[in-house]
Amino acid sequence: MDKRAAFRSWWLPSLFALPQIILILLFFYWPAVAVLRWAFTLEPPFGGAAEFVGFANFQEVFADPLYWNSVGVSLAFALCGTLATIFVGLVLALAVDRQLPGSAPFRFLYILPYAIAGPAAGMAFRFILSPERGLMASVNAAFPDFWNPAKYGSHALILVIVVFAWKWAGYTFIFLLAGLQSVPRSLIEAAAMDGCGPIRRAVDIQIPLLAPTLFFLLVIMMTEGFVGADTYGIVARTTDGGPNHGTDVMVYRIVEEAFRGLNYSGASAQSLVLIGLIMIFTFIQFRFIERQVHYK
Amino acid sequence: MRVSVTTSVLIGLMASVALRPSAAAAAEKTKFEFWYGLSGDLGERVQDACKKFNESQSEFEIVCTSQNGYDTTLQNTIAAYRAKKQPAITQIYDAGTLDMMLSGAFVPAKKLMADNGYTIDWNNYFGGIANYYATAKGELNSFPFNSSTAMFYYNVDAFQKAGIDFKPDTWEQVEEAARKLKTAGYECPLAFNFDTWPLMEQFSAIHNQPLATKANGYNGLDAELVVNKTKFVDHVKFLKKMADEKLFVVKTKQLGMDIVPAFTSQTCQMIQTSIADHGTIGKTLPEGVKWEVAMLPVWKGTERQNSLVGGASLWVLAGRPEAEYKGAAAFLNYLATPEMAEWWSTVTGYIPVTKTGFDAMKANGFYEKAPYKGRELALQSLSFTPTSENTRGIRLGGFTQIRKEFATALEAIFMQNADVQAELDQTVERGNAVLRRFEKTYAGQTLN
Repeated sequence: MDKRAAFRSWWLPSLFALPQIILILLFFYWPAVAVLRWAFTLEPPFGGAAEFVGFANFQEVFADPLYWNSVGVSLAFALCGTLATIFVGLVLALAVDRQLPGSAPFRFLYILPYAIAGPAAGMAFRFILSPERGLMASVNAAFPDFWNPAKYGSHALILVIVVFAWKWAGYTFIFLLAGLQSVPRSLIEAAAMDGCGPIRRAVDIQIPLLAPTLFFLLVIMMTEGFVGADTYGIVARTTDGGPNHGTDVMVYRIVEEAFRGLNYSGASAQSLVLIGLIMIFTFIQFRFIERQVHYK
Repeated sequence: MRVSVTTSVLIGLMASVALRPSAAAAAEKTKFEFWYGLSGDLGERVQDACKKFNESQSEFEIVCTSQNGYDTTLQNTIAAYRAKKQPAITQIYDAGTLDMMLSGAFVPAKKLMADNGYTIDWNNYFGGIANYYATAKGELNSFPFNSSTAMFYYNVDAFQKAGIDFKPDTWEQVEEAARKLKTAGYECPLAFNFDTWPLMEQFSAIHNQPLATKANGYNGLDAELVVNKTKFVDHVKFLKKMADEKLFVVKTKQLGMDIVPAFTSQTCQMIQTSIADHGTIGKTLPEGVKWEVAMLPVWKGTERQNSLVGGASLWVLAGRPEAEYKGAAAFLNYLATPEMAEWWSTVTGYIPVTKTGFDAMKANGFYEKAPYKGRELALQSLSFTPTSENTRGIRLGGFTQIRKEFATALEAIFMQNADVQAELDQTVERGNAVLRRFEKTYAGQTLN
């Protein structure tokens, strides 16, 4: 028995959908077509004769070992960033959901970092975690190169993941807290009466029931990690893709190639590959993970 | 919905450009636009220049807009040009010169002034500066505006305390000074970062070494990089040896402090940076600290050549109404007057680009006054010798990207102990790939 409300006329729903349709056309389809055209041609930046070059731009991209390096870096960044973000958000949400005295302000506080722009957060963390002047400087003085993102690619990758997780944990926190509030209290109380501690309750009851929310966040955060504007902003402000391509994520590479290198064609080809990758990942996520998240 | 970053940024730019109010207002004054890349204090000075021009006459009105950065100015200019909303004048940095030259999107400086009835003494521009922006025949395409070159800064107080009684003219002397400073307890005698402009480009010029074949690209788009076979390789090996001995120290913003703050906080005692930093350094160092600026050191026994000009020039874009060109010509003519040249150099620290401007400043005793003393050395460095094939300038496509490749190579060498020769070989190969793609993009075009 479906209680969905239905519109009788066709024009009213269309009218409601119109702003969104225009936005999508303007900011998604139009650029997508432009990228498609650019990816298969070679055109001077100021315009002029666009020469059709077939798959040459793609061949050039695929033949570049540094491109594959950036694919690897992007994968590591998106995976670790997503897991870290969801984990931190989950711990915070579980803690706030216990409604201990004084926990109310934290509901609000934990969301704050989300309001800060990625580049700004990146800039701040570059200072806070700089190896010679920041928080780790004293540790480095005792143990040289214990923390040096200017030297080790792995440290630099950790740095950008930390900034990403710091910024986005608030976002996952909101969703997870909302999810937790829909978990029936009776279940948790029953478990408590059976003698389960908070961690046991979280692992056996709350997290399994949160599975759909966690799945949703997995998809969103993976996409954000791959193509989000913040990913570019954070990398550009902290490491500049370095040291020696250590944090050269795909979006950073695309923007650099397009706007610093003025190689719109190569950047467009890379954009298309990135879009393709996102589609594949999202497909895998829906095909293999989504089936298992609904509690029946 | 996810939009690729590239396109959304580009479309955003186009949209923001499209929303600009049209310049063709109904007012009797001819309005035209000028986009520039300088920001902060220097950006304010550009605004002052615009105001002065608007007050000096009643026929035209210039509207000046900062694009907050050299690279964004070039990007926005391109986006605007494609959308046919370009400004009449735009400021493009040295590395974008070739992109502009081949774009066909500009009115050559010489033609503009001739068409609008101004006679400019083109020989009045310093050769070392003008050559960077001129055709092979020496005709200026754009107007040199804010010009600089790299200099060597050192802390005289530290030198005295360490008992150093010479000026560091050669790298041998720099090494000796560094050792003495180290012995005297200075942890960081010389700071350097991975900016290729002083390290590679200026070094190659003053040692008369090529960066690329075909006279650094002036004679054809088929130029190839050769820096992996010149004195530059030995120089990097020397820097690496010094860095290993902790006499030269890497200072980057990723490590916590870049070279200029490292110098002004007296953490490090010697740096190489632009003359444009002269003002900042003077203002930031504590009162009473003695410091000097000198021409970049050369290796002993080298016949020093002129250094390369950096900074940006003003391009007049094609496709604007005829009336705007009259205004643009008037504005550029105004900037070139000796009084304005003097004012501009005084308030910014950039070097005067014309001989008359320089002479006027010298006659006024400008270079003898305390905060400005030493700036004349920049001009001396730029015009040390007539330009040679290797010191005219750099005319390589995609040069911003090539610079980045070399900066990454230096990062690998100094931070991760990569082999100098192997790393430079690989970078030259990558840089050549950029050049070849550029050549293909502009297939059939030749340099004029």
